[in-house]
This record gives sequence, structure tokens and C-alpha cells, in this order.
Amino acid sequence: MRTVAVVKRIFQQMVRDKRTLGLMFVAPLFILTLFHFLFTENTEAHPKLGVVHVDTAIVNELKKKDIDVVEYEKVGDVKKRIVADHLDGWMEMSDNDIHLTLENADPSKAKALQVKIQQTIAKEAAKQQKATMEKALQTIQQRLPIPIKIEQPKSPTIHTSYVYGNKDTSFFDTLSPILVGYFVFFFVFLIAGIALLRERTIGTLERLLATPIRRHEIVFGYLLGYGTFAVIQTLIVVFFAVKVLDITLVGSLWHVIVINLLLALVALSLGILLSAFAHSEFQMMQFIPVVIIPQIFFAGILPVDEMADWLQAIAKIMPMYYGGDALKNVMYKGMGLSDIRTDLLALCSFAVIFVTLNIFALKKHRKL
Amino acid sequence: MRTIVAKNVSKSFGKKEVLTTIDLTVNKGEIYGLIGPSGSGKTTLVKILVGMDSDFSGEVTVLNQPMPNMSALSHIGYMAQSDALYPELTGEENLQFFASLYELKKTERKERIMYAAELVQLTPHLSKKVMAYSGGMKRRLSLAIALIHNPEILVLDEPTVGIDPELRLSIWGELTRLKQAGKTIVVTTHVMDEAEKCDRLAMVREGKIITSGSPAELKKQYEAVDLENVFVKAGGKRG
Repeated sequence: MRTVAVVKRIFQQMVRDKRTLGLMFVAPLFILTLFHFLFTENTEAHPKLGVVHVDTAIVNELKKKDIDVVEYEKVGDVKKRIVADHLDGWMEMSDNDIHLTLENADPSKAKALQVKIQQTIAKEAAKQQKATMEKALQTIQQRLPIPIKIEQPKSPTIHTSYVYGNKDTSFFDTLSPILVGYFVFFFVFLIAGIALLRERTIGTLERLLATPIRRHEIVFGYLLGYGTFAVIQTLIVVFFAVKVLDITLVGSLWHVIVINLLLALVALSLGILLSAFAHSEFQMMQFIPVVIIPQIFFAGILPVDEMADWLQAIAKIMPMYYGGDALKNVMYKGMGLSDIRTDLLALCSFAVIFVTLNIFALKKHRKL
Repeated sequence: MRTIVAKNVSKSFGKKEVLTTIDLTVNKGEIYGLIGPSGSGKTTLVKILVGMDSDFSGEVTVLNQPMPNMSALSHIGYMAQSDALYPELTGEENLQFFASLYELKKTERKERIMYAAELVQLTPHLSKKVMAYSGGMKRRLSLAIALIHNPEILVLDEPTVGIDPELRLSIWGELTRLKQAGKTIVVTTHVMDEAEKCDRLAMVREGKIITSGSPAELKKQYEAVDLENVFVKAGGKRG
């Protein structure tokens, strides 16, 4: 009954605080939308390449590969020229050697350009070789009494199929399940943590301990009260991601909701717990770089199984590692609940541990 | 009948001892005053008496039950020194919330809210949010919350700070009436004229009770004209 009183009070407080509600319900959608467009609305980049003494054939091939080729007469200081003319690279041919200078401000762009150039050169070389060979063959054929019929080898066509996703799958499709879970985790942590911290700083939490409410009634009251808002937030974020942003969802929407609810529960109990170790809102914010940001590194955006052993060990104590894995498996790979039961079990354990620790953390005030 | 008994109570924060071997007994139907300057340990002592703090040595019993104890807690009305109220909620919602923590029935809850609000003259302001309250109004609401469940024991930590003299007089009038109705009241104060209104006093300084007794007894014992004088003399004698 007292738990219900706490829940009711939290509802009254939250409904009055429009900004916090806005942060909880609208901010994740805003960031998710932004991410969505950042990853899907990219225009194809045309790298600019300066060339000197390069075969017209090669230049034409390079142009076919969406490279803006600018031909120069004189060489001069290559590096200065690249910077002055905003070039991405510079290619020079002397005898049989090619000298390539890359701007390399963005290593991934530089790599892409390098690959394109190498492909072009290789293709040109193959073409020339083929021509020489044909010429040689013709000469040989003419000298033979009976010409040999030579079959032209046909290069095979590659047919690709995918276990997960399809040829249009972008990085965002594998990233978005993790982001959905991460936002739920982050916002629930922040709001529940700060809400309970305020109770501590204005003294109402201590005041409660002068009433016959039990510690677990307070903790469960908080879990239920803020939990309800976390559930609403989770539903809004998940539906928005799937229905509006059209994020890939192969598995069941309900499974996604179950995972996110568990994540919210872990974040809620962790936020409430950590608020016991902060003396001000400012100190609560300090937990974000320590506790929240590292979670994203281990959530599956960077491949965890390629990490060093000790880093993998750290990943195993991060709730987002399990949450991210479960979400990716359901949303992108289309797995069912039984495939992700280890993840779910891990999340449940985190929640149970944090809730128990919460009840103990209040013990420093009162034993009952 | 003894309602609150503290025996040999000591408490330290780290190495600093804030309460040293406190003994006190409060009887049913009396107003017991704890007077002393701020920082003397009054609030710490009060928190131990109401069971909010269990990290102390010694023994405290309330209504014959060792503290902290849940059933004893429901007979104590506590008013904290700093107003622990929910600023987003209205005065009435604050009262409602605390009333429901004591699991009062709906009709009783209504009656008690009416009574408590009337007593502290907050009835016209009940539907305002607490964040719009003045300092004095918040004190009054805290007092109303302490009274909400009609407790046997009232423990009030500096109840009249920031309250205008007229209302202060009427609050003391009500405390006297409650006392006559058999309630036990513990009040902390640093205002000497309020101490005069207590049946018995304990003077607290640096975590120790330097002297105790009824105001008349103390004045006689220390041959002092007023309690302020008693405090100076009692403190001086020890230190």
C-alpha cells in the first residue's frame, strides 16, 4: 500500500515536470532521427585527383570510377599543390613507375581512393597484357600451317547472397538496434538517478525514513513509478524507430520491447543506486563519462570478439553488451527469445543485483 | 509514564564525537525542550530518537520498544529542521502523501488534513504548489505533516523558525492543548522564551547535556534571572 502511495506521488511529480517528460519522450526520438539521416542521406563523394604524365586511357578509366581528374602540366611542389587546390590525391607517372601522394586528412577516404586507383591500374595493365598476348598469338597463328582454335576464357559473374540483411544493408541497420537500446538505457538512468538524488538533497528521502515505510517499499515504489515512465519511453522509441524511421526489424517487435524493458529496469536500478554516491546533480552527471559512455564501446558497435582478452572481460560486466547483442540478434538477424536467453538472463541478473544493493544502500540510514 | 528513554547514547561522525553519553527521559503529557546553539547536536539526537539514524551506541526505547521499530514509528510525528517537502506538489498533495504512508482510512485522512491545515492556518493555500510557498508557510506545512496521523509523540526540530509571532503563539497554544490531551512532545529550540514554555528542559552543548530540569528549578539552582543566564552558568561551570 505504501508502495502505491510512492508510485502515485512520482506520477504527480512527473506530470507536473513537463521538461523532464519532454527530455524522456522526445529527446531520444530527435537523436535517433538525426542518426538515421546522418547514415542514410550521404551523397556519394567524388574524390579529386591531380595527375601528371598519365596515359589518357588510365585517365578515362579513373573518370569512370567517379574520380574528378585534373590534369596538370608541371609538377612543382606536390604537397603544396594538393593543399592549395583541395585535391584528395596526386598521381605521377614516370617510366613504368607510378608515384601517388594522398592528402589523407580522412584516412578512410584516402584508402578508398587508393583502392580505386590500384584497381584502375591493374585493369589497364591486364588490358595491355591481353593486347600483347593477342598480338603474339596472332603472329604465331599466322605461321602455323593449321591455326589452332583458341577459346576465349570468360570471367565468372559473382552472385552474392546474404545470411543477414541484403545488398542494401548499411552500417546504420546494424547500428540502430544498439542505439535504440542505448538511448533507453541512458535516459532512464539519468532521469531516475537525478530524481532520487533530488529526494536526497531536499531531504524528503530521509524524511520518509521517519515514517513507517520499509526500505524495500521505497525501492519498489521508485522502480514502479519511474519504471512506468521508462516503459512508455521504451514503447515510443521502439515504435518510432521501427514504424517511422523504418529501421530493419526482422525479428518480433515484442521481443525488442522485452529486451528494452529489461535494459530500462537495469538502468533504473543502477541510476537509483549510483545516486546514493552523489551529493549533487553535478556529481550525478559525472557518472555519465564513467558509467554510461563506456557502455557504447562494448554494445557491439565495435566487434567485441575481436577485442583483446582483458577488454572482452570488461565487456562482460557491461549491461549494454548483453542488451546490444540481444537487440542486434533480434532486430537484424531475426532471432527468437530462445536464441538470446543468455543475454536476457544476464540483464535480469544485473537488475536483481542492483535492486538488492539499493535496499542495502538505504540501510546506512535505517535498518528496517 | 515514560514514553522516550535514551540511555548512554553516543554518536560520532568519523572521529568526531557529536553526542557523548546522553541520558534523558521524556514522560507522557509533557513538553520536553532541547535547547542549545546550532551545531550542539540537537538535530542528531532528535534523529536518533525518531529512529531515522540507527548508527549510534547506547539504547533508545520509545513506548517501551527499542528503536528503530516500525510500530513505534507510526506513533511518532516528526518535523525536520529543514523542510522536506515535495515542491512540485500542492500542500494538500503533500499532506495526502504522508497520510497514505501512515495508511489512514479515506475519511480519517480527510478529517486529519482539514484539522492539521486549519491548525497551521494553511487551509486557503492547500491547492497551491509548495514551490510557491514562503519559508514560514513551508514550516507550517511541515508541522501539519507531523500532526497528520494524530501521533502519540511529537518530535519537532526547531518548529517555529520563520513563523510570525502571532502564529507562533497559536502553535504553542496548540502544543499545550495537545500536551493536555496526553501527547508527548519533544521540541528543539534556540529561542530562550520558548524554552520557558517547556515543562522540562535539557541544555545541550557540544554533544553533551550540561544540565536539565524544569525552567523554575534550573533558574533556582543556578540563581539566575532567566534561562539564558542558566545556560551561561551551566556551560561555564563545566568548561
